[in-house]
Amino acid sequence: MAKNRTRVGRALIWLFVIAAAVAGLNLYAVQTEDGSWNPKLALDLEGGTQIMLAPLTEEGTSVSSEQLQQAVGIMRQRVNASGVSEAEITTQGGQNIVVSIPGTPDQATRERLMASAKMEFRSVLVMAAAGPAQQPVDPSATGDPAETDPAVSDPAQSDPAESEPAESGEGGGSEIATETEEPTDEPTESDPAPSEPAEQPEPENPSDPAWVTEDLANEFAAFTCDMVDRTKPMPSDEAVVTCDTDNTVKYILGPVEVEGADIADANAGQVPTQQGIPTGEWAVNLEFNGEGSEAFHSVTQRITSLEQPRNQFAVVLDNTVLIAPQSNVVISNGQARITGGYTQEGAEALADQLKFGALPIGFQVQSEENISPRLGESQLMGGLIAGLIGLILVVIYSLFQYRLLGLVTVASLVVAAGLTYLVITLLSSVQGYRLSLAGVTGLMVAIGITADSFIVYFERVRDELRDGKMLINAVESGWQRAVRTILASDAINFLAAAVLYLLAVGNVRGFAFTLGVTTVIDFVVVALFTHPVLQMLARTKFFGGGHPWSGLNPDALGAVYRGRAQFRKPEASGKRAKSAKEATRRQTIAERKKVSAQERED
Amino acid sequence: MSITQFGNKLYTGEKSYPFVGKRKTWFTIAAVIMLICIVGTLVRGGFQLGIEFTGGSEFRVSGIQTDGGPVDIEPAEAILEQHVDENDYIVSNLGQDGLRIESSSVDDDQTNAIKDQIASEYGVESGDVTSSHIGPSWGQDVSNQGLRALLIFIALAALVMALYFRTWKMSVAALVALGFDMVVTAGVYGIVGFEVTPAALIGFLTIMAYSLYDTVVVFDKIRENTAPGSSGSYDENINLAVNQTLMRSINTSVVALLPVASILFIGAFVLGAGTLRDIALALLIGMFVGTWSTIFIAAPFYAQLRKGESIATESKRKQERGAVV
Repeated sequence: MAKNRTRVGRALIWLFVIAAAVAGLNLYAVQTEDGSWNPKLALDLEGGTQIMLAPLTEEGTSVSSEQLQQAVGIMRQRVNASGVSEAEITTQGGQNIVVSIPGTPDQATRERLMASAKMEFRSVLVMAAAGPAQQPVDPSATGDPAETDPAVSDPAQSDPAESEPAESGEGGGSEIATETEEPTDEPTESDPAPSEPAEQPEPENPSDPAWVTEDLANEFAAFTCDMVDRTKPMPSDEAVVTCDTDNTVKYILGPVEVEGADIADANAGQVPTQQGIPTGEWAVNLEFNGEGSEAFHSVTQRITSLEQPRNQFAVVLDNTVLIAPQSNVVISNGQARITGGYTQEGAEALADQLKFGALPIGFQVQSEENISPRLGESQLMGGLIAGLIGLILVVIYSLFQYRLLGLVTVASLVVAAGLTYLVITLLSSVQGYRLSLAGVTGLMVAIGITADSFIVYFERVRDELRDGKMLINAVESGWQRAVRTILASDAINFLAAAVLYLLAVGNVRGFAFTLGVTTVIDFVVVALFTHPVLQMLARTKFFGGGHPWSGLNPDALGAVYRGRAQFRKPEASGKRAKSAKEATRRQTIAERKKVSAQERED
Repeated sequence: MSITQFGNKLYTGEKSYPFVGKRKTWFTIAAVIMLICIVGTLVRGGFQLGIEFTGGSEFRVSGIQTDGGPVDIEPAEAILEQHVDENDYIVSNLGQDGLRIESSSVDDDQTNAIKDQIASEYGVESGDVTSSHIGPSWGQDVSNQGLRALLIFIALAALVMALYFRTWKMSVAALVALGFDMVVTAGVYGIVGFEVTPAALIGFLTIMAYSLYDTVVVFDKIRENTAPGSSGSYDENINLAVNQTLMRSINTSVVALLPVASILFIGAFVLGAGTLRDIALALLIGMFVGTWSTIFIAAPFYAQLRKGESIATESKRKQERGAVV
């Protein structure tokens, strides 16, 4: 018995150690990071907006998880840089990005997220001021250096004169300075514009005005910037009509010539002088990969000599023109510099956006959900009230079925609930897990499955008592049998939770997660709490003596009526057994007591 | 007769229900139920899919002040009329103080316009009108992934059970019962016309887990009762095992269903349509059916698979096999 007692004590100590370890880890998280003693709530309980983005891939291709991670990193930077610090951006299911923002995101934040689409370079064919209310931007008129039209230039040449504003009154152009080893033999704006053929059925090159058909010209004339559809990718081999991101300028653009994926790198830096001394003017340095360099070379070679605005090329992000710098020089080595009177922030933001273009993934909104805090709160309250009602009903039923033994069920459920709370809180502190409504539902369902372990166990103990064992022994042998069943069934449940968690997306994961956690906790509690407690109780007079209210009364369980030898006997087949059974059933209790007393004497 | 005594009699076999003996009856009943579910769903024209599967926009308004009685839906209909075609929206009541509007997809500007109009019409803050927008492929993706997860789970579970019980026959019997659960749960949705949402799908997946869980508990008792060296036939011992675990089955289903029923109650009557209600409904039906199918399908079906075998020869065969290895 003494040995038994130490084992009981040890199990309870283990349970305490586990709970303390989880609590300790959480305490550490609270002290060092932004841990908390309350689980974080998901949007559907807290209120906010959740946007699920799916990569827009070409058919037959898929996105690697590294690419997705990279996209998430850049999105996070962007959104957080804009001050929405609580935005949470995560990948889900290996194929989706989930953006969670408290409250309703403003238009700017939304656009920043939505802008995470495919980037492409197209030649500018026609450019005009857009929108009825929009004032045409005239950089030379405003005289604001920040408004200076960007230009592409060769970083090696680093000629500050390159940043001259475009002549066009419409604005929106930029200049590109390119890095060429050999000096360009085609000076900017020197070549006369090629004569425009009136009607050309087949455009010869992407800058050919023949792209602008009559239909397209009409469309352009009627086009307003609110007609830009950011969700559908534009045809890549046709001329398209679109606006810049400020909705101030509209463009007709040629077909795609360079893909954003061909950008190797983009970063912001100060324009150096020939001696390498920074001038204080900010620019974005753009670097292409091999394929991109070639394509970009041919673009600059063709357009640098053209007239305004066809010497500009547009960097199109999410179907809108991010910038449309004019090309000042032919760039053959894939290294370009975009200048245009940028501030440091402006240059960095642009570089980030260009870098994002290096990811050949576009994203589309798959689902967007906006939950008001009030609805979230009422959902949480509803879930908690439902849980409380359910728990009370379970307690009442347990006490009804198992008398005072039901209290062990209740105590075990309380311990399981406490452990679950600690684990969820810890995971929320460390892993950023958020409890969703589906997760709460998983917890409610877990009440039933956890209680089932106790029921299986108690029923086995009762079975052992029915076989005439003493309670202390019945608890041990009942446990031996029950633990196998509990392990096997919990394993199936855990398997389901694990498979669902790994393979499913969205709410399904939140649900699977809590189901898995509670399944593990269920086993821990039944092994380290319920069983030891029952072992202890078995030694008390109340339970060990089989008090009628203990729920483990051998008399009530029928143990007295038959000896162990009779186990399964009544099941013997044949009519004889059946009639014997019938006879037994018709006996009065007094008769049966007499019979069994006789049997015991035998 | 008290419940405890009832349990005693089930344990000794003094009271025994012919779960195995009358298996043809149970199988017929199951087949009829399944037929009703399939035909019923087809007659109703398939499942009622939520906007998560069809794509569209949804608005919810809560906290509307009313003088008792449900919220008047007509003003909302008038607002929607301005933005989408006549047949492209449904306005319904959500609890006592809320509204739910489903419509075909509207863009960002329209969404904001509708939200503002609804808010001012019903005198709530704009923030109390929630909106969600779902692309048509979203539900498809979720269900495809869910289906893949389900198939992998079933395959793994069958393997685990076959290894644990040392016989594939139990896996087969468990999967047959599982199939019944799936058809019936889906059938209830199809016949009654409940909306199939991702939340309902979660409930559906849980049922799969619960159904197998329940079957494993009962099968473990069957494993004990039919262990090598047991006397009697498979039929008798399987039937005894089911009867002996009957009290546990009843107790467990009651205990598992109580919280689910309260979720359903709160979900349906307090919160209105939503995640809670959808999950709880699927769970309530599925848990009940899952318990039923373990007793009336899985165990008798296992007995059917063991027909003509005797425990004695089986254990002898196993011993011989063990001796060779």
